[in-house]
Amino acid sequence: MDQNTIQTLGDELYDALRGRKTVEPLTEREPDIRTEDAYHVSMRMLERRKTDGERVIGKKIGVTSKAVQAMLNVHQPDFGYLTDAMLFGNGEELPISEQLIAPRAEGEVAFVLKRDLQGPGVTNAEVLRATECVMPCFEIVDSRIRDWKIKIQDTVADNASCGLFVLGDQIVDPRRVDLSVCGMVVEKNGEVVSTGSGAAALGSPVNCVAWLANTLGEFGIKLEAGEVILSGSLVPLLPIQAGESMHLSIGGIGTASTRFV
Amino acid sequence: MSTLSADQIESLSEHLESAELQARAVHKITDDYPDLDFEDAYAIQWATRRRKEARGNRIIGLKMGLTSRAKMKQMDVEEPIYGFLADYFQEAEGAEVDTSKLIHPKVEAEIAFVTKAPLRGPGCHVGQVLAATDFLIPAVEIIDSRYENFRFDLPSVVADNASSSRFVTGGGMMSPRETDLRTVGVVLEKNGDPVEVGAGAAVINHPASSVALLANMLAQRDEEIPAGTLILSGGITAAVAVEAGDNVTMRAQGMGSVSMRFV
Repeated sequence: MDQNTIQTLGDELYDALRGRKTVEPLTEREPDIRTEDAYHVSMRMLERRKTDGERVIGKKIGVTSKAVQAMLNVHQPDFGYLTDAMLFGNGEELPISEQLIAPRAEGEVAFVLKRDLQGPGVTNAEVLRATECVMPCFEIVDSRIRDWKIKIQDTVADNASCGLFVLGDQIVDPRRVDLSVCGMVVEKNGEVVSTGSGAAALGSPVNCVAWLANTLGEFGIKLEAGEVILSGSLVPLLPIQAGESMHLSIGGIGTASTRFV
Repeated sequence: MSTLSADQIESLSEHLESAELQARAVHKITDDYPDLDFEDAYAIQWATRRRKEARGNRIIGLKMGLTSRAKMKQMDVEEPIYGFLADYFQEAEGAEVDTSKLIHPKVEAEIAFVTKAPLRGPGCHVGQVLAATDFLIPAVEIIDSRYENFRFDLPSVVADNASSSRFVTGGGMMSPRETDLRTVGVVLEKNGDPVEVGAGAAVINHPASSVALLANMLAQRDEEIPAGTLILSGGITAAVAVEAGDNVTMRAQGMGSVSMRFV
């Protein structure tokens, strides 16, 4: 895909993000778009956000569950970038009506790194060694693609459908929890709507972070000390609306809460 | 209100128990007795329990069924159901489970409670359950409805001892004081593939609330949960079909794992 098309599509997605409007699936308009092209589109969209003053504070891993991989007919995850503008604190109101289009909530384990991770060849043990702490996290995904009609290239181009995220305010040393089996309970308006455990994301959230470090390593990009990495949802996506509230608990890690306005 | 005579209850109990012992599927009993109600259904289950005891089997535990919101909605019920566990239902940890003795087995990941004091309703609550719990241990329940294609209504499944069939406990014991059972995570693996995941809250918000409900349901018959009872508190995951050649491992957060093979 040529540089001009990449720039045009990236700008279009940036405008959709800012204007809260959707675009037609890229894969319908550019049937030959490759996943690699889609990452270049997402980089253009990110450049525009950085020009606005947003700062990259981490990365997110998506498409980590078997169900979503089957839906998109892919056998590997994808990733996007997190900026400071996406981050909200525990218990804060999330302005989904103002900022998002068709939001859905996911529950995840967030990793905060204390050392750089440079792939390829990063092992799970190195991920754990580089992890300062893990935290409970809501990721509110959103799609700038009409009606979530996404193929893998569409979501990749759209910054892995990232919207906003909420970190809990407890941090836990990864030595103290078995991440492959930590349980997650998600409640909406006080009712338990789903449960899951660590193995839902590629067998373990640690596998997800290692995958990202190794995938980015092929392009000479590293995961950096201080970055927050959202490792992928442990429960199915749940559509949300203004007026609702959500709470999640992760066994041995902690809780996070949010209200949507 | 019971709709069946004592003879009819005995005969239905014998019918369903033979199906169990001969590993043979039958059609649901409400096809022949459409008015059969909850009270009849439990009367049939208790008749089966007495027949097993008379034959020398020991009743070693109890189980709760239909404890997930999804299943309760699906069956249109407000309350879970219970069944009993006879001694021969237990398979050893790591055992080879003989599928020729079963009809169409499925596995579920559960947390088992072992009590050290009796629990008696009505009014039994989560605090009493936790205080009366000696320890928790991971369990895989192997359910096996005696009804064709697992198709049944509520009275039929109650009469069929809530599809109880076999179970395996193992891994590590845990004190109820050391864990938050709501967020205990489980992973159910079939042939190495994590096919189902979940956490304790999938069982009516807390596995101990399932045990409290059991005590309160038993109180309606003036029965209690005796000390030393093993209680399967309800499936945290959906049930997964298994066949000869499969191996199943369940991992529970902080409690290790338990495995078995189906032959």
